Amino acid sequence: MSDFRIALAGNPNTGKSTLFNALTGMNQHTGNWPGKTVIQAKGNYTFNEGNYTLIDLPGTYSLYSNSADEETARDYIIFDRPDVTVVVVDATSLERNLNLVLQVLEMTDQAVLCINLIDEAKKRNIRIYDDRLEKKLGIPVASISARNKAGINLLLKKIEGVAKGEIVTSPYQVKYSEQMEEDIQRLEPYVSQIVKGKYPTRWVTLKLLDGDRSFMDHLYQRVFSEGDVSHV
Amino acid sequence: MSEIHTSKNSLEQLFQHAGEMNHSREEIVGDIFQASRSISQDCVKYQEATNDQKSEKLDKILTSPIWGYPIMLALLGGVIYLTIAGANIPSSMLASMFSYFETYLTLGFEWIQAPEWLHGLLVLGLYRGVSWVVSVMLPPMLIFFPMFALLENYGYLPRVAFNMDRLFKGAGGHGKQSLTMAMGFGCNAAAIISTRIIESPRERMLAILTNNFVPCNGRWPTLILLSSLFMAAGYTGGLQTFVTASVVIGIVLFGIVITLLVSYGLSKTALKGVPTHYTLELPPYRKPKFWDTLVRATLDKSLYVLKRAIKVAAPAGVATWILANIDIGNVSVLEHIVTFLDPFAHSLGLDGYILMAFILGLPANEIVLPILLMGYLSTGAMTEVNDLDALKSIFLDHGWTWLTALNMMLFSLLHYPCGTTIYTIYKETKSVKWTLMSALIPTIIAIAITFIVAQIVRGLGWV
Repeated sequence: MSDFRIALAGNPNTGKSTLFNALTGMNQHTGNWPGKTVIQAKGNYTFNEGNYTLIDLPGTYSLYSNSADEETARDYIIFDRPDVTVVVVDATSLERNLNLVLQVLEMTDQAVLCINLIDEAKKRNIRIYDDRLEKKLGIPVASISARNKAGINLLLKKIEGVAKGEIVTSPYQVKYSEQMEEDIQRLEPYVSQIVKGKYPTRWVTLKLLDGDRSFMDHLYQRVFSEGDVSHV
Repeated sequence: MSEIHTSKNSLEQLFQHAGEMNHSREEIVGDIFQASRSISQDCVKYQEATNDQKSEKLDKILTSPIWGYPIMLALLGGVIYLTIAGANIPSSMLASMFSYFETYLTLGFEWIQAPEWLHGLLVLGLYRGVSWVVSVMLPPMLIFFPMFALLENYGYLPRVAFNMDRLFKGAGGHGKQSLTMAMGFGCNAAAIISTRIIESPRERMLAILTNNFVPCNGRWPTLILLSSLFMAAGYTGGLQTFVTASVVIGIVLFGIVITLLVSYGLSKTALKGVPTHYTLELPPYRKPKFWDTLVRATLDKSLYVLKRAIKVAAPAGVATWILANIDIGNVSVLEHIVTFLDPFAHSLGLDGYILMAFILGLPANEIVLPILLMGYLSTGAMTEVNDLDALKSIFLDHGWTWLTALNMMLFSLLHYPCGTTIYTIYKETKSVKWTLMSALIPTIIAIAITFIVAQIVRGLGWV
């Protein structure tokens, strides 16, 4: 039996599948191009006698558009609530990758940032300050090189810490325009009555303001079916 | 129950209410971008980017409007050339090894006084069929797949997609269709799943319906083998390999042209619409882990395809042998089937055996060639597995010309997708109608084109 479920999110082509293979000893097809993993792969690993199930989500640049692969990733994080979501980013293009990290942090507190391809970044004289990132983002950060299997142990330790609640996170919140923040505050109390702490209130509110119809439909289904179950 | 309804209704009300606040996705995403920028400015330091531009420089050449296509052709050509040039000798060696063992197998069967039919079934049907499949399919795969995997891991495939992107937009499809098409060169079923990266359902359907027109792992060996046996007969040495490779590339290009034409036709009729915009990321080039890639490609792809071929080909060999040896009115069942298919097949430049092999080969493209060989071998023309010349003489004995080979290649390229792919299309589209279309469109095109080619070639008296 697995103790914890760990989801791997990240932009396409950041080496999620390579990390997945390194951790699980499985052989998911890896390749240097976006769009390669579109279905979830599942595998297991153990660390410090804990059992972990690892889910390789499709690579996505954001969680805001409506392609099937982005919806898969988004719904998994929101509805299936993994114990930890590890966001894998490419050290050589951190800025672009951070967009997804910030989006994930709106959805869950239980996150770890994994900076992959650190060897590549060193080669290009890119210096990343892990400690500053950790402070700024409010979640644990681990730099690794998945293909050289370097830094994996530290990553696993941080995942363990978050999974067991030993590391308490305080995720960075994107601050929106004044008008937006005002509207969020106005809607939040109502949203919280509906989602009842099951889903992140602020994020659902943002989705309302974003006008994402397809997400609303998924949410209806969830609220509806889960309500059904509790009545039985 | 009432509580749920309230919550559902109030969620809907909230959604309406939020909509009236008039915020846009751009606003949200813009603020997220800004936050990302400020964080990365605090936490990342770029020193003198030295070799940062290497990728960009390379991309200037590999995706240039002038050099992009020629380089693409040259790379594909190079891979296929090396495959053909390198596969011949190991193929012959494998073939003579199998034939060597066959002698002992036959002796063994005689020694235990096994009945004639058992020897026929197991040695002449099963063993010979499998031997042929392994000797003609394994060597090219062992060369082709690792080379292809190296290019893939280096990051060349997105550049192919980038180069082709304009063509697909012109044909009314989504630029990402070029990416899913590139994946089809490996496996069409996997490529169908990969069409999920296309947001618009219309453009996704275009990508699904046309994916089959690029040859997958299961069809490469057929194309390469037939081309090397028949298409360069008048040439020798290096030139022969060159001509063979050119024919294979011609077939691939033809497949791409058909992909574009069908996309265009559909986007003007059943799937009308304007292509949506998108951005395609060109990932940095990365030096692949050379040996890792070779081992993976060999184990995962070559052996996988071969295993699939043998797994289905072995029982098919037995079945074909049985069909060939059960008589109804002095003629075997197999011949009944073949005779029935023959007139139609002939009008396509094929013969009844080939058509039967394609029909029985529905589960997997890998087994079409094996089934064909077993069909031929079972009819008394018991050619021993010797070398590629012997293989060619099997075909020649059954009246093959270069037209037969060409049309079999064309039919293989264009016909309905394999069973796995059709099933995947159904799972992805959840529509019986579109699944049927995805099988019907290619089949009709395959029949039409082979028919036209056969009529023209015969009409002009070229064969």
